[in-house]
Amino acid sequence: MEVEGWAVWPRGSCMDSWRIFFTGVGGQGTLLATRILGEAALLTDVQVVVSEIHGMAQRGGVVESAVVMGKVLSPVVSDGEADVLMAFEPLEALRALRKCSAHSLVIANTSPISPFAVSSGKVQYPDVSEMMRTVSGHVGKLIALNARSLARGAGSELAVNMVLLGTLMRQERLPFGREPVETVIKTRTRKPFVEINLEAFDLGFQVV
Amino acid sequence: MHELLGANGGSKRLLLGNQAIVRGALEAGISFATTYPGTPASEIGDNFYRISREIDLYFEYSVNEKVALETAAAAAVSGLRSMCSMKHVGLNVAADALMTLAYVGVKGGLVIVSADDPSLHSSQNEQDNRYYAKLSGLPMLEPANSQEALEMTRAAFTLSESHQIPVLLRTTTRVNHSRGVVTLGTLQPPQRSGSFEKDPFNLVVVPMVGRRLHVELLKKSHNLRAEANHSPFNTASGEGSWGIVTNGVSYNYVVDAIRELKLGDRIQVLKLGMTYPFAAELCLDFLKGLERILVVEELEPFMEEMLKVAAQESGLTLEIRGKEDDLLPRYFEFDPVQIKTAMARFFELDYQPPKVEPGPELPQRPPNLCAGCPHRATYYAVKQALGEGTAIYPTDIGCYTLGLLPPLQTADFLLCMGSSVSSAGGFSKAQDQPVVAFIGDSTFFHSGITGLINAVQNDHNFTLVILDNGTTAMTGQQPHPGVELTVEGPQPPKVDIEAVVRGCGVDQVLVVQPLQVRKTIGSIKEVLEGDENPGVRVIISKSPCPLFERRVTGRKQKVVFKVTEECDMCRRCLDELGCPAFTYCEDEEDCAYIRIDELLCSGCSVCAQMCHAVTPKKKSA
Ligand SMILES: Cc1ncc(C[n+]2csc(CCOP(=O)(O)OP(=O)(O)O)c2C)c(N)n1
Ligand code: SF4
Repeated sequence: MEVEGWAVWPRGSCMDSWRIFFTGVGGQGTLLATRILGEAALLTDVQVVVSEIHGMAQRGGVVESAVVMGKVLSPVVSDGEADVLMAFEPLEALRALRKCSAHSLVIANTSPISPFAVSSGKVQYPDVSEMMRTVSGHVGKLIALNARSLARGAGSELAVNMVLLGTLMRQERLPFGREPVETVIKTRTRKPFVEINLEAFDLGFQVV
Repeated sequence: MHELLGANGGSKRLLLGNQAIVRGALEAGISFATTYPGTPASEIGDNFYRISREIDLYFEYSVNEKVALETAAAAAVSGLRSMCSMKHVGLNVAADALMTLAYVGVKGGLVIVSADDPSLHSSQNEQDNRYYAKLSGLPMLEPANSQEALEMTRAAFTLSESHQIPVLLRTTTRVNHSRGVVTLGTLQPPQRSGSFEKDPFNLVVVPMVGRRLHVELLKKSHNLRAEANHSPFNTASGEGSWGIVTNGVSYNYVVDAIRELKLGDRIQVLKLGMTYPFAAELCLDFLKGLERILVVEELEPFMEEMLKVAAQESGLTLEIRGKEDDLLPRYFEFDPVQIKTAMARFFELDYQPPKVEPGPELPQRPPNLCAGCPHRATYYAVKQALGEGTAIYPTDIGCYTLGLLPPLQTADFLLCMGSSVSSAGGFSKAQDQPVVAFIGDSTFFHSGITGLINAVQNDHNFTLVILDNGTTAMTGQQPHPGVELTVEGPQPPKVDIEAVVRGCGVDQVLVVQPLQVRKTIGSIKEVLEGDENPGVRVIISKSPCPLFERRVTGRKQKVVFKVTEECDMCRRCLDELGCPAFTYCEDEEDCAYIRIDELLCSGCSVCAQMCHAVTPKKKSA
């Protein structure tokens, strides 16, 4: 679904720097996605820094990372300064909304993963459409999609990260196109999964 | 071939700061590397471990940081280029060795990596280890990105050798865990073996020797100060009458801010890469002619204070600011907006930080012990065994610290690695509640053994549970002396935990398999009820971390568990176990039921042993 509220991309074609913030839950493959984008930038000679926080990924906590490209050197993305927010989970999309401005592009997976307080029945998971409406009200453009079901269609639920990368590349906001990303998926992801990953990337790419 | 060995000089790679450090060391011909794992340093050791299987490089996971440094010191004194890496708090453990090693010095280059963690991403404090350079007198380099991490590591070996002194390479999480584009240099082969020449009156630090060596160290420091004044890592750039002095990752924020605030013709920047000894002459040259100086450094006012001293000594009165008046905080890592805001305030510029909406209250998502984690089973058993009774739970550092959160809540006191055992003894002497302490296996070897011996000697009265999951799980499954499962198959442990415990003088020792729930509860009850015979009781709760077990054995999981209609919604599974595979659901008629997520369930069977409504089923492929 595409939500109304599309504003003009902040600095149009004269952009010289890109800040992409990733958020998700441990196990969703956010770090692989940031790494792929970083390697694609390297392939196309675009200056890039990828920042990751290791440590808690395995145990179901929030995992945040970032890719900054072009003239920016700072590995950290401040609140209000993300050009793109890649949210692998809807609740985390809303939690990371502070990173965005009225210009940001947000790509959000709508398939929820319950935190423990929710799955133990202590609190309710917030309504997904409601959360997406809040996000869309504050940003330039929101693309919300069920990346999990698309990934399943490609052959593995684990390919949510590839779906979301595909959707991002379709927006043509970065200084390179889909090809280098696909090249990196071919060379850098595990052999038995390459086909599934490319398929998932393509399914994501179809989403506009 | 390992990716850091295959690449040619001149080629470009996207490398983590930690990988760049390893590559820099390889380009310097490193022969000997030691570590004790700890975030954000762990990937340095983990890469050396894999590389050491391919080239003639000696690598070890040492038992703790002090041991790692002393081992590496011997190699360096024998002429081998060596590296010892650790997280910041590890240097506290190694500090005793560090302080005197600074006197003794080295022959082969020795680089000590201290990976600091501003913002405490995965640490118990955010101490600023730059003060260790000042305290010990060792020279220190601080990279700002991956390229510098490589270059400074390579240069650190030369610096260390030419002054015969260890060099500190101090990083922060954002350098260790950022990937940047790095142009590689040429690899140099390691040296096969060193040679040690006896020289007791320089290498055995009795007071007579130490007195002389201290004076020597101060001479070295003096020479190193000259090096710092000419270091290629200390560079000034830009033009204008304002100045910024900065280091490490903060440099990136400053450069971005100058560009974004369009200050290119108004601010000069002095970037210090060699931050100790302090390049006073270089700094004074920089200060001269400038009107005001902002010092941008994370954590403590380390450079700021040295800069102020240098300015005062040479009669300069310009304004130098940093940490005062909350211009820049002494806590947490920086971010770009914070630096722009501080610069705007100090230099009186027009800048509006982006407006940030305080988001709505959302359910938190703290990390949790994995489904099937044996730590959860142990905690459950201890709580069941205690029944209505309570106890104080001193705990320690590792995955098992996550027992802190509800519903387990089995953590009451923690300082640092090893504090569980020693503080348990203190609690048992200081107050009347029973004490049950928890420590992981890697942590026990790291720093639990001395505390245990102390407890036996001083008749402390508590129960210590050693959570033996067969690996150092928290930091990435590194081996320790008690490891039994290996990729080559099971092997007897090099050091048996039970034998160590008995060897420490503990008579009441019990080994349990926590996944056998009823048996474990029964055995623990007996131990706890033996409270009348005071002393130290040790329960070794032994069951491998399932993630580790699956990785090394390649064994596929065959069973998962499901909740049947027998469930009467007593909620004990949710309220007492807190396994992330369980979900509380409501159907269309708002009728509540409990479900186990098949993808998450690891088949440990603990829930099935506590509840008749849970039954096994074959895992679908
Ligand atoms: C002095 C020091 N060194 C290293 C660390 C990093 N660290 C945190 S937990 C841990 C190891 C935990 O292993 P173990 O005790 O076996 O527990 P597990 O994670 O396997 O449950 C390490 C090395 C630290 N916090 N302090
Ligand atoms: S990684 Fe292993 S030891 Fe750590 S929480 Fe998960 S199962 Fe437990």
